[in-house]
Amino acid sequence: MSTSPQLDRRAAVACLLADRRDLLVVSGLGSATYDCAAAGDDPRNFYLWGAMGAAAPLALGLALAQPDKPVLGITGDGEMLMGLGSLATIGAQAPANLAIVVLDNEAYGETGAQPTATAHGADLTAIARACGMNAVDEITEMAGVEALAARLHAGGGPLFAAIKIAPGEAERVLPSRDGAYLRSRFREAVLGQAP
Amino acid sequence: MTLTQPTALPATDPNDWRDAVYEVLRAHAIRQVVYVPDSGHSRLIDRCHADADMHAVVLTTEEEGVAHLSGAWLGGDRGVMLMQSSGVGNCVNMFSLLTACRLPFVTLITMRGEWGEFNPWQVHMGQATPDALKLSGLVVHRVDDPDSVAETVESALRLAFDGSIGVAVLLSQRLIGRKDFTGGG
Repeated sequence: MSTSPQLDRRAAVACLLADRRDLLVVSGLGSATYDCAAAGDDPRNFYLWGAMGAAAPLALGLALAQPDKPVLGITGDGEMLMGLGSLATIGAQAPANLAIVVLDNEAYGETGAQPTATAHGADLTAIARACGMNAVDEITEMAGVEALAARLHAGGGPLFAAIKIAPGEAERVLPSRDGAYLRSRFREAVLGQAP
Repeated sequence: MTLTQPTALPATDPNDWRDAVYEVLRAHAIRQVVYVPDSGHSRLIDRCHADADMHAVVLTTEEEGVAHLSGAWLGGDRGVMLMQSSGVGNCVNMFSLLTACRLPFVTLITMRGEWGEFNPWQVHMGQATPDALKLSGLVVHRVDDPDSVAETVESALRLAFDGSIGVAVLLSQRLIGRKDFTGGG
């Protein structure tokens, strides 16, 4: 059993995105998407509303296409568990500009807080490390989140971090669900061209 | 873009449809080639790995590739996914990314479970592949004739990237050659 979750998810995500500079963000469906929206909507956020398991591999494709910009894939433990194989793919490709951050509350928060495998001891940090990612030790204090925020811009990836967050839902902050709009404004912001 | 040949491999053979596909991918500035391997794709995979202008990325499952190429395109890179027909079933929910976000997508699929297939475990998914793709919102092109492969792939790339559409090219088992581990019996 890992350390009991304790950090506030909104405070953690707000800290990661407070000084985002040229950071590109991909958020996994559910609470991670709401957390990123709550930290301040930005056209360089690509919010997933479905396609469970897509956050990490989508961030990888983006990181390979934009090697000069830091890319953050941020998602929940349930969404990460559905795409675990992508950590092996990321470890093999080893893009220095990619970070995968998991907000781990050990539960499927959208569907009634059923325990995920991390509640039973599955160790995402150890898995990422074994896949060849530069995994920081599990984060349980805000000081760790602050240190992580700085590392997002330092290269040295592929970085992995699991932040243990408190159970319970925050107020839902819903960004646009229009995928075509989200992809067009992202391309315009990043590439300077309408698709 | 420069058209330097990879040094580790022999020059492409214009009469080999697999090499012709590689040249089409280069001509259309394909930067990321993601795949779950199939023997029918192996020559193309080797060429993509040897090409300094391409990222060739091996996946753990095909659904990763749908997400991966979506991210690549958001970042300005064009890509294609190589897989065999069994992988289509692994992608079904992930295909919703393409329609929900109106993303371009191209996959080249080597077919199993049809022409002289020796392995019954391949037949169900192989037979369901065209319908599964259509139900998932993709346009499907099928090729049986080696002389038509390159132009079909080129048409798929144009349809996908000019119109933001998902397109699958099915390379038939008759084209690829049937696989037989049974000793030819």
